[in-house]
Amino acid sequence: MQPLIRIRGLTKRFGSGCDRCLAATGPEHDTNLCPHCGSVLACNDLSFDLFPGEALGVVGESGSGKSTLVRLLHFEWEASAGSMDVHRSAAGSHLLAEMFPENGDYSRNLLLLSHFQRRQMRNALMGIVYQNPHLGLRMGVSSGGNIAERLLGAGWRNIAKMRQRAAELLEKTEIPIQRMDEPPANFSGGMQQRVQIAKALSNNPMILFLDEVTTGLDLSVQARVLDLIRNLRSEFNLSMLVVSHDLGVINLLCQRTMVMKAGHIVEDGLTDQILQDPQHRYTQLLVASQL
Amino acid sequence: MPLHEWPKRNDGQEHDLEHRSGYPFGFMDEGAKKEIRRAILKAVAIPGYQVPYGSREMPIARGWGTGGLQITLALIQPDDILKVIDQGCDGSVNAVNIKKFVAKVAGVTVTTDTAAATIIQTRHRIPEEHMTDQQILVLQVPYPEALREVEPSEVETRRMHAEADYSRMWLYLYEDIVHYGEITISYRYPVTVNGRYITDPSPIPRWDVPKLHMADTLFLFGAGREKRIYAIPPHTTVVPLEFEDHPFRTENFTGKSCARCGATESFLDEVIDNTEGVRSFFCSDSGYCDKRREQCSR
Repeated sequence: MQPLIRIRGLTKRFGSGCDRCLAATGPEHDTNLCPHCGSVLACNDLSFDLFPGEALGVVGESGSGKSTLVRLLHFEWEASAGSMDVHRSAAGSHLLAEMFPENGDYSRNLLLLSHFQRRQMRNALMGIVYQNPHLGLRMGVSSGGNIAERLLGAGWRNIAKMRQRAAELLEKTEIPIQRMDEPPANFSGGMQQRVQIAKALSNNPMILFLDEVTTGLDLSVQARVLDLIRNLRSEFNLSMLVVSHDLGVINLLCQRTMVMKAGHIVEDGLTDQILQDPQHRYTQLLVASQL
Repeated sequence: MPLHEWPKRNDGQEHDLEHRSGYPFGFMDEGAKKEIRRAILKAVAIPGYQVPYGSREMPIARGWGTGGLQITLALIQPDDILKVIDQGCDGSVNAVNIKKFVAKVAGVTVTTDTAAATIIQTRHRIPEEHMTDQQILVLQVPYPEALREVEPSEVETRRMHAEADYSRMWLYLYEDIVHYGEITISYRYPVTVNGRYITDPSPIPRWDVPKLHMADTLFLFGAGREKRIYAIPPHTTVVPLEFEDHPFRTENFTGKSCARCGATESFLDEVIDNTEGVRSFFCSDSGYCDKRREQCSR
């Protein structure tokens, strides 16, 4: 099976950068701050594949570069270096000509596309759920409107059809449809998170980014949200990148896991393997401190 | 007229006017006029795109039509015939002041007849009578940014225009329909120009929006306070934002007619009599109304 997206050498540097940045940062130095020039290397030369229908976990401590990784892949921030290409099967037909001029299996480097093309790509391909619902939702706009916004961005121009689609998604995410025209500000944290998931799914994305989705929710609500995500994954055959510092969440959702530390991937493999038999010193610490 | 004759067209007259008023022809110096003409050319080349320009100090306050006035002064020639209207009316104070001022500094004749004018400067209306390809309509614009309602930051709205990221404007209309059953924007109805930019047509009523579509006339928009010029060139598509199941509609005056000229196909102002409380309707376009009355009395 060929990967859905391939990430190679993805790097994000904040600051001017110098020749010695790469050598002076990373897990062996226990920092991502270059002592010579003061730049922060939030992500440093990350390479990995994401396969169709797979849930890939990313764990690591705060500041290890997990969220930066998601923001780079979701085109919110500009990468300093690296490439991201997507398999032909993932792109919508109207995007194919622009993205695949050479008839290869993979697109050109998406990180080099224009802002406009990246926005189109994102609308066609990706969904994201943030830790904080305020980032992913407009709190003053109705929940149905929040979902419609993505559909409008994808060119939908029929109110009745959009409302029908929003109702379907809200039903799937267990929000009462009577509350569709209420703003998410009226909802509890768990409900807001579920509206966010509905919004992320509205354009039938191939890839879903989950950035600490259950952090801050109480345990029973966490369980329901995780259950929902598992069901949706199998229903829509989503590829997911699950970022969390909670090994329990990773264990429940992901088949494969990467461990990040100081902007590097220090270990990756099957989730069971990583949890049962961690190889890297930091992973051992992480697994040990979980219990 | 061939281009090389253009600069020579005002020889003699220009000098005379300068002498009379103490100002250059058309009030503004040549450098300012050149900049504004360049901004206009760019605006025509990119329909609906807001071109920034250095708005000059005018002898009327910003927000009182200085954007339109500067366009008019940059374009006007001594043989032009000028009409100025304010909400359709030739006789309002603001319109009369601007008309007198331009007539003085450019020595042009003025008219209230839409058909006779070569340049019409207007606030918040497009004349009822059909305008031709020999005429230019200059619209005064208070808020050139159609997206300002949904996004307060200029940096952000410029990015949205650049990326054609208009989902938030559409979302605003969606919410309107969800809450009120229809789109509640009565004037400044956003339009898509030439299939690309969402543009503010200035505070014209919905009634006037269809007149912008594939028109014969050049429409120039000047926002003096906000320092923007934009244009809708002739024969350009102008499509109001609408949904498949909630189409755009204009004001409905069915069963009403102008109490002065009897017109049933013009945009009507509602007037309530102060003493008796009687409700009546009049044409908002006074030049059109006068013309109809004249034709009737003949």
